[in-house]
Amino acid sequence: MCLYWRYEYKIFRILERRTCRAAYFARGVPFGMIYGVSALGAGIPAGIAQAMSLVVFAGSAQFIIAQLVAAGTPALVVVLTAFIVNIRHMLYSASLARHVQKLGWRWKIVLAYLLTDEAYAVTMQHYQRAEIESDYKHWYFFGAGLTLWTGWQLSTAVGVFLGAQIPASWSLDFASTLTFIALVVPALKDRANTAAALAAGLAALAFVALPLKLSIVAAIFTGIAVGLLMEKRSKKYHAMSEEGEEVCHSKSSG
Amino acid sequence: MPQQIIWITIIVIGLLTFATRLSFIGSTGKLRLAPLLQQALRFVPVAALSALILPDLFLKQGQLALALNNARLLAGIIAIIIAWRTKNVLLTVGTGMISLWLLQALFGLH
Repeated sequence: MCLYWRYEYKIFRILERRTCRAAYFARGVPFGMIYGVSALGAGIPAGIAQAMSLVVFAGSAQFIIAQLVAAGTPALVVVLTAFIVNIRHMLYSASLARHVQKLGWRWKIVLAYLLTDEAYAVTMQHYQRAEIESDYKHWYFFGAGLTLWTGWQLSTAVGVFLGAQIPASWSLDFASTLTFIALVVPALKDRANTAAALAAGLAALAFVALPLKLSIVAAIFTGIAVGLLMEKRSKKYHAMSEEGEEVCHSKSSG
Repeated sequence: MPQQIIWITIIVIGLLTFATRLSFIGSTGKLRLAPLLQQALRFVPVAALSALILPDLFLKQGQLALALNNARLLAGIIAIIIAWRTKNVLLTVGTGMISLWLLQALFGLH
């Protein structure tokens, strides 16, 4: 359990509460559709929007790539931004590594390709609950990953199809911003995350004059720094309050 | 961006993403992530998404637009309230889009 809590991150602490497993799989469907619709709304050709679901296969990054490409961001900056957004998969990879250690490289490649936020959440929850040492437990990972993958590809196709029918005057690119709001707001459960979000948002506004749309990358780093600082401060504060008088002392000394 | 460049961009991002997913699964299992890096990575999604939300709500053609005639800002605020109260994705996106359309149609905002 400890391991799980250490690696999980805010956005799916919310998901985890939904005990019904079917909800995990169904959850991807509206996102895939909104992605398809908003990618076309942003001016991405249908073929490329669909191919991105196959090649990148990472929800939030795909929304971001579509937005940046539509805004005329230089390719290298798009790559850099998407890379930063996707490094978190290393956390999942690290956390699942011991469960797939004995498998051959073919399995490892397939499972790595299928390793998304949701696949990680479902698989890890299962492994934690069952604590099984079975030779077949990678099939659970594979099944969850493949189900999510199929849902993502199909719902993207539906979204791309719908997006192609809807005229540009409907401002459907706004759907991606709304999706981000739907993801971020429930994740603002503590001060550190709220501070990180506000700092990143304000930094993105402040840095808007930066060349090459580097403002997003600069804003992400600002958000991380502020989040880490807030977390450190609140930890320090908790440690101090346990010691009683120390709080006053630390306050007076700044 | 020319289509060829978009294709290359997507393939490069796909390979990089795959590499991060394979990183620990594919290695021998002795590697560990530094605790500070783990902590930092937890803030990435919230920071990245917020960095995209605020400019889309507050900027019009690159200029700060804080007035009440900014339809995206108003629709965005409504969506934030819905997201906060319901935590429902479809409801948030649906209400936000309908708000934007109504503001555009009824008051001629954009």
